Amino acid sequence: MSTIATRPVVAPRTASGRLARFVKAAREAPLVAIVLLGGLVFMAIFAELIAPYDPTVPVPGATMFDPPFWMEGGRTTMILGSDFQGRDVLSRLIYGARVSLIVGLMGTLVAGGIGTALGILAGYVGGWVDQIIMRITDAWLALPAIVFAIFLAAMIGPSMWNIIIILGAVYWTRYARVIRGEVLSLRERDFVKLAEIAGASRFRVIKRHILPNVMNTATVLASLTVGVVIIAEASLSFLGVGVPPPQPAWGLMLAEARPTLMAGQWWLTVFPGVCILLIVLATQLFGDWLRVRLDPQQRNL
Amino acid sequence: MTQFIVRRILYSIVTLFILSGTIFLVVRMTGDPVLLLAEAGASTEDLDRVRQQWGLDRSWPVQYLAFMENAVRGELGKSFNYRMPVSELYFERLPNSLILGLAATAISLLVGVPAGIVSAVKVNSWWDNAAKGIGLLGLSIPGFWLGLVLILVFSVWLRWLPTSGAGDWRHVVMPAVALGWYFAASMLRLTRSSMLEVLGSEYIKLAKLKGLPEVVVIGMHAFKNALIPVLTLAGVNMVVMINAAVIVEVIFAWPGIGRLLYEGIFQRDFPLVQGVVIMAGFMIVGINLVVDVVYALIDPRIRLTR
Amino acid sequence: MDGVSFSLNAGETLGLVGESGSGKTTTCLSIVGLLPRGARIVGGSVVFEGEDLTRKSQRELRRIRGRRIAVILQDPMASLNPLFTIFRQVAEPAFFHQQMRGKTLRQRVKSLLAAVRIPSPEWRMRDYPHQMSGGMRQRIVGAIALAGGPSLVIADEPTTNLDVTIQAQYLDLLKDIQRETGVALIFVTHNLGIVAKMCDRVAVMYGGTIVEQGPVRAIFDDPKHPYTQALLGSIPKLGSRDPLYAIPGQPPNLASLPTGCAFHPRCPQAMERCAIDEPTNVHAGDGSVARCWLLAPAAAPSHG
Repeated sequence: MSTIATRPVVAPRTASGRLARFVKAAREAPLVAIVLLGGLVFMAIFAELIAPYDPTVPVPGATMFDPPFWMEGGRTTMILGSDFQGRDVLSRLIYGARVSLIVGLMGTLVAGGIGTALGILAGYVGGWVDQIIMRITDAWLALPAIVFAIFLAAMIGPSMWNIIIILGAVYWTRYARVIRGEVLSLRERDFVKLAEIAGASRFRVIKRHILPNVMNTATVLASLTVGVVIIAEASLSFLGVGVPPPQPAWGLMLAEARPTLMAGQWWLTVFPGVCILLIVLATQLFGDWLRVRLDPQQRNL
Repeated sequence: MTQFIVRRILYSIVTLFILSGTIFLVVRMTGDPVLLLAEAGASTEDLDRVRQQWGLDRSWPVQYLAFMENAVRGELGKSFNYRMPVSELYFERLPNSLILGLAATAISLLVGVPAGIVSAVKVNSWWDNAAKGIGLLGLSIPGFWLGLVLILVFSVWLRWLPTSGAGDWRHVVMPAVALGWYFAASMLRLTRSSMLEVLGSEYIKLAKLKGLPEVVVIGMHAFKNALIPVLTLAGVNMVVMINAAVIVEVIFAWPGIGRLLYEGIFQRDFPLVQGVVIMAGFMIVGINLVVDVVYALIDPRIRLTR
Repeated sequence: MDGVSFSLNAGETLGLVGESGSGKTTTCLSIVGLLPRGARIVGGSVVFEGEDLTRKSQRELRRIRGRRIAVILQDPMASLNPLFTIFRQVAEPAFFHQQMRGKTLRQRVKSLLAAVRIPSPEWRMRDYPHQMSGGMRQRIVGAIALAGGPSLVIADEPTTNLDVTIQAQYLDLLKDIQRETGVALIFVTHNLGIVAKMCDRVAVMYGGTIVEQGPVRAIFDDPKHPYTQALLGSIPKLGSRDPLYAIPGQPPNLASLPTGCAFHPRCPQAMERCAIDEPTNVHAGDGSVARCWLLAPAAAPSHG
């Protein structure tokens, strides 16, 4: 795994400098990722307006396993077909974006919050606090994250908010390690020493000098974590320990499609998977771009 | 040196204690297993008897110590559901997980290493971009969905491969691809960066200055050096794959430890779940310890490659 | 880089001198057709034994590298492959260029290692680089250079990473080997003391060009170019109480050289003309050649 380290970037404070930087950033921005993410976020926010049907109940008059409209037996009123209860696949996909995005973002936020806090604490306070935090981090890393998540989800019980907490509690380790390393080097820098000599309290030093300087790193890590968390949510939902039915989550849709996979109802398996693929791909592309922007040292990697 | 190894071993033990303690706590805090053990409508006396029988009447720390004491002796407790030792169940399933892990490792190496080398040797070329694309897809395509799509294509449509169960090699192909996919992408990235680092080294420059054929410079001088971190990661990844294959094993009904864990979860078989999860921790802490110690032992040569 | 031209004959030693970043290593690598990414030979020629190496294909160059022209790299500690035995690394040039195999090859490696004074070569050639001391590794790199039987060896600052005593030993060794085999040697260094000890001729590089070259005696006794004068002025002399001369300013970046003479911003005797026109080679009577307007007969009076 690559280690990530950043230096604070001194930004020009002039208006024209900011404008120039904005233009440059806009030109380098990953169009594909922004369009994809923008589209999915739009879908998630305005699901009620966009989705043709209620995703949780069968569409009146529809039969089960209607194929997409271009196939024989398909109809244009349900362009992506219907599932095993006669619910509209397209509507479920649109509402599913909401679950994936909420869990992905909130889970990342929880993980980032826990990890950043522990990383700063370990790196700045040091001593036995550092020892304890790092041993816990080691213990957490001793289990494959997904196994840990499945275990916790199975024990605590399925609900969307539980999943967010669980994924946050599982994926914080990387933040803690990276940010601790960064804080260790920040602690030796002059501006931190000066603040300490000037009599600033620990809390103030962390708030004013440490936190702003690790935010770039945390943001880059977050962009890399979102995709992982989204796939983890889909996996948990697929196993039946994630988002409970009848909520429209993509992982759950895949699980519901499985019993009839052999019968050849491919659209029930392919579409939700493609949605997961696209959203994760978009976050990855966006994350790569963000890493180049916020992390000058990685430019040549 | 000795000091480093001793410290590393102590850390590993501490890690395992924290991990097992956490798991033990989570299991105990999420419900009274006695209610699951006893038949419905059992009286309080019956419950107490069951509790005593399974050793659940003791305090948590005592239970934990007893559990750890047994774990060290290779005893992981008794399954609620199968009414037999967890270790027996575990080791019955482990060979299947090893086969799957080995096959998936092989696939990840066969895909990741050649692609990584080509992409490093022809850096910034069309090949490199294609390899970057594969790397990106490796992170973006969920392995379990890939498994489902493979079933759809190769079992349902083409009817080439069986959908589930264990048997001959044809049963292994699809689960191994679904499991190895993500790791192939990580192999690719590591091979590429490791190869780039080696190719920039002085000894590769000297090898070129000797007038050696390109094949010898890249295929022998560079490859051998670049391979050390790659094989290390492959070893660690294999242990991770053996333990993290839950979903793939469920999809393909592969009788490995991942599916054992899944069964344990749905039957609320706490000793089983606890045992499988802790064994995973043991294995991963173990392989990391081995890697660190071996690296420390052959340090002079490793230091030279930097 | 531009205006790098020098020549030397078999058995001769040329010293290539200059500050770090003046293009010495790039010059060496370009001779054998190995350039860093982004660099390219745009003109000029490298004539070696009557053949122009810049017109050769990579394939043909490969047959010249290691076999007719060998290079000793700057950092001998890093230039041995840590995972191959000494035998294998020394044997490779003979194996690929002279098709030596089996016993002959073993014999060859043994005598090469003996030639660079490795004790009990029979045993040591089974070792790996990390089992060797720095000085030994250095000598092994020398043995590798000789393995293909080259007629030219380019040594790129081969002693910078060694202790002073080992440095002296190594230089003596190179001299001995040169006497025995008659190879031509290009010795790249920033150490003028080594040049005085080792070389027949000197070429002084600055800003990617050779500003002055000639026989060692002539250059040391009567440097023509202000840069050479400054370099010589910066060597400490035993017993002298004069302050050392330090050249003001920084060596230029090869990607953005100043106009005219590259040295003019730092030159104590710079004239107006130096900032505009690039000086050309001027031959002096003692066999040395320098690029400087001070030496041009017409220059001095016109700008006085």
